[in-house]
Amino acid sequence: MGRRATRLLSGLVLLTVVGAGAFWWLTKPAPWDATHWEGLGEPDLADGERVFWAGGCTSCHAAPGAKDDARLVLAGGRPLKSPFGTFYPPNISPDETAGTGSWTLAEFGNAMTRGVGKNGEHLYPSFPYGSYARMTVKDINDLWGYMRTLPKSANVAPPHDLPFPYNIRLALGGWKLLYLTDAPRVDVNAADAKLARGQYLVEGPGHCGECHTPRNALGGFEADRWLAGAPNPEGEGRIPDITPGSKSIGSWSASDIVSYLETGFTPDFDSVGGSMVEVQKNMAKLPASEREAIAAYLKALPPS
Amino acid sequence: MKIRAFMLAAVLAGLGVTAVTAADEPQAVRQQLMKKVGQATGALSGIAKGEKPYDAEIVKASLSTISETVKMFPSHFPAGSETGMETEASPKIWQNMDDFEAKAAKLGSDADKFLAQLPSDQAGVGAALGVLGKDCGSCHESYRLKKE
Repeated sequence: MGRRATRLLSGLVLLTVVGAGAFWWLTKPAPWDATHWEGLGEPDLADGERVFWAGGCTSCHAAPGAKDDARLVLAGGRPLKSPFGTFYPPNISPDETAGTGSWTLAEFGNAMTRGVGKNGEHLYPSFPYGSYARMTVKDINDLWGYMRTLPKSANVAPPHDLPFPYNIRLALGGWKLLYLTDAPRVDVNAADAKLARGQYLVEGPGHCGECHTPRNALGGFEADRWLAGAPNPEGEGRIPDITPGSKSIGSWSASDIVSYLETGFTPDFDSVGGSMVEVQKNMAKLPASEREAIAAYLKALPPS
Repeated sequence: MKIRAFMLAAVLAGLGVTAVTAADEPQAVRQQLMKKVGQATGALSGIAKGEKPYDAEIVKASLSTISETVKMFPSHFPAGSETGMETEASPKIWQNMDDFEAKAAKLGSDADKFLAQLPSDQAGVGAALGVLGKDCGSCHESYRLKKE
């Protein structure tokens, strides 16, 4: 090998190392500074329960087929199919070994809003931290307090079943760099308290966009089609458009939406179906004012 | 002449058959049945919400419609009716026919239970509707696909 070739090769190696280093530095897990989670005081447990239902934690983290009070046992293990493979939501019950019993508020908060696990690893965005990123520290603190009052489970959920390249956690840093944001998804009149509340609930804890907004090939939201409907990630059928431009629900009034979220009945007395059944059960547990705020926000969205 | 008459008859018969089948296809029949359940549910909801006055006859008729309709509902899913005519039926119905039938039967028996002890006021109708609505949702959760 000539001297030039050697120099070229070592240059390439150096470039690769620097490039990889830069990628790592740009995309490494980024928890908040410890101070972010300090001084929040005692959690308000009643408020934490409200956040719990708004966030729909139990829809994914309860054991498969769990009903009624069993939904409060966040044992994990229910398969969540997606175009990227099958995810198995973990046990997040307060069990010290199998669950989150040994976690701190900061560890929980960084998982919720930055997608960083207890061991500093990137979490998959199947856990909707891309939406929870918008949640206030108060809501996180209250939710954490409430979750610690729930029953423990010793269940250990199976690991995610993902084909290459989706099984490479490091790559998630790239996904976050491209798509993780806590900015509002659409412009609504933020001076209107009801609208602002609805925006927070839908875009943040409610994580409605995770299913109702279409995604590109890398799994990022198609930002200009916010809540405009998408293929069902779990298989056949579609998740409907819920903007005022929707063929199915665009004609619903705000009170139709409120009534649907409360009772599960559409204005023509069809009923809620598919994965929305779980969501509606959760929404029915919220105060009426929260459902009214959600409806106001949906009616104020730009039509698809 | 004879041939012409025969052909005309054949064409007319053909048209007739198509006209009958369109409405008779299982997909169309079950859509009609679900609409009937929806209308009955709507009548109950009007009372539950206080938009309409309580009327024992309407409550009874609505519950009977739901009970009778949903009991015959699962017999309209023969092989070959899995797709077409904008059906929202999930393929899972044919994979889990027993469970599908059990879910329909649950709504039927819950409706019968309320018929045997008719809700006597607005609040009673609301409570009944809560139970029936859960039955609707638990079947639609697994077995109905939205297409749009």
